[in-house]
Amino acid sequence: MTVIREVLSRVLFYLFSALIGAFFALPMLWLLLAPFNARGTLALEIPRPFTLANFEAVFANTFAMRALLNSVFIAGGTMLVVTLTATMAAYALSRAEVPYYDLLTYGLILFSSVVTGTAAMVPIFLLANALGLVDTYVGVILTFTGGLLPTAIFILRDFVEGLPRSYEESAMVCGATPWQMVRDVVMPLLQPGMMVVAIWAFVQVWGAFLIPFVLLRTPERMPAAIAIYSFYTEAGTPILTLTSAYALLYAIPVLVLYLFVNARYGFRFFGGIKR
Amino acid sequence: MARIRLEGVTKVFGAVVAVDDLTLTIEDGEFFALLGPSGCGKTTTLRMVAGLERPTRGRIFIGERDVTDLPPQARDIAMVFQDYALYPHMTIMENIGYPLKVRRYARSEIHRRVREVAEVLQIADLLDRRPGQLSGGQQQRAAVARALVYPPQAFLFDEPLSNLDAKLRLEARSFLKHLQKSLGITTIYVTHDQAEAMALADRIGVMDRGRLLQVGSPIEIYRRPRNTFVATFIGSPPMNLLRCRFQQAEAVLVLGDGQALALGERAEALRRAFRDGEPLWLGIRPEHLALAEGPGPTHLAARVYAVEPLGVETLVTVQVDAERIALRLSVDEPPVLREQVWVRVPMERALFFREGGELAL
Repeated sequence: MTVIREVLSRVLFYLFSALIGAFFALPMLWLLLAPFNARGTLALEIPRPFTLANFEAVFANTFAMRALLNSVFIAGGTMLVVTLTATMAAYALSRAEVPYYDLLTYGLILFSSVVTGTAAMVPIFLLANALGLVDTYVGVILTFTGGLLPTAIFILRDFVEGLPRSYEESAMVCGATPWQMVRDVVMPLLQPGMMVVAIWAFVQVWGAFLIPFVLLRTPERMPAAIAIYSFYTEAGTPILTLTSAYALLYAIPVLVLYLFVNARYGFRFFGGIKR
Repeated sequence: MARIRLEGVTKVFGAVVAVDDLTLTIEDGEFFALLGPSGCGKTTTLRMVAGLERPTRGRIFIGERDVTDLPPQARDIAMVFQDYALYPHMTIMENIGYPLKVRRYARSEIHRRVREVAEVLQIADLLDRRPGQLSGGQQQRAAVARALVYPPQAFLFDEPLSNLDAKLRLEARSFLKHLQKSLGITTIYVTHDQAEAMALADRIGVMDRGRLLQVGSPIEIYRRPRNTFVATFIGSPPMNLLRCRFQQAEAVLVLGDGQALALGERAEALRRAFRDGEPLWLGIRPEHLALAEGPGPTHLAARVYAVEPLGVETLVTVQVDAERIALRLSVDEPPVLREQVWVRVPMERALFFREGGELAL
């Protein structure tokens, strides 16, 4: 009796899991198949006839191709600025024992969601305009950085807290200046945390539409999130064949970044501290 | 190489006085052990010498230089941490060479010097590995090598042996002593293990609750502890302390259960130091006690509580009234459990402490 019940519950469990899995996997599968289909369709079907013509059309769209590169600039730039400043800030905040640190970070995280939100777009535009940062990469990168930094600091501080202080103390006793200590000892040991923040920041910016849409004017500077609309008809409906092909290209850098970081930094260093 | 001087050094953490007005001079080339229970302020003292902690009051000198306000990197000292603190992302070669790297030595020079110390410490074949791939003993040697590679004014050790297992610890202990003696570098060694301090140090400073209680050679501290705390902290098993009362007329000490011990030749000295009927502590080391055949003026009746053979000698614990007394005996036939025995107390070896704990005689 109990055996039957056991088996039955297992079967039901796997059935349920499979359903949930399918729910998330099917759109992905569509993204892999649709770009090679000559007929634009929202149905999941084997490409028939199989074609590469969609990609030819996308590659011919110089505006869209240039936009992919722009996305790399904007997302990569933000990633670098956020990761470096957040690491230094988290380190300083952790080691200097700032009073009311928690209140400070929670407050900043709360406000940061406002910065990148729709409500703040008008003041941000006015601010960028006053600073002469409209239609520049620097303006876009700084706005993103302002929005991402508090959460990045919050994530990284946990990594810093997990770092035994004797590493830094031994570096100081070895004769290292504070800068040498941070560069040679602290930064390498924080690498796993920095990678987490870097990927997270990159993905956040890679998919963002509103901020570059508001702050950039020149078509040659637009990122891919905006350029994807060039594959819409004038009536505003997507051309499925081209949109899917471009979407696949748009997804590749994030996948590559993730795979690269996972292969290179996916492991954690251990040892050296005897517990 | 230099002499280290601490003058009235005090460290306060919030409401806690971790180190209280400590004045101490460690001579050039000396191996000095700071000994005490955990929380006694010994590590804080060491960290103040290293520059990792700033004294609340007082000055610290290394050589003739006042280093009180200097950061660690300007003090020219080397420290071995309890957890070794080897950098896990560097190879052993890079770890040991780090003090040279930050001083911008040429790569070839770093390699040459690291090889040299690694040879001395017998870890030359491990230089390409990372700390995580080394055993505890090898990690300890690598940490010592890193401290040695750039010859410092002074060596600071913070319980460097406490993470090693018992056998390795003895080996590392003699190795450290040999190394220190052949290099002649002034060394401060922090430990809570009295045997380690006794074995290694030229002089020991015993600390408790932030205060330096006694400074002296291991033998001095062992033979004439300044108070009951030092007496019971040093030695394994520690010194026996018996609470008794001085009776001037009979020239005896009376124990809690009424047994009396004749003072013999020491009666005169006690008469000058103690009042009649004054309570005091009689201190006697376990190795000075012996078993007697029967009752006598300096013999105590006792019952055997435990017998622990240690090979060369036997540790016997006996009970006198409510108190337990340890004896180290080198006899072939130790007494058996619960047997009634007589313990001979050699008065010429005994120390007498006042009720408050300080040594009187």
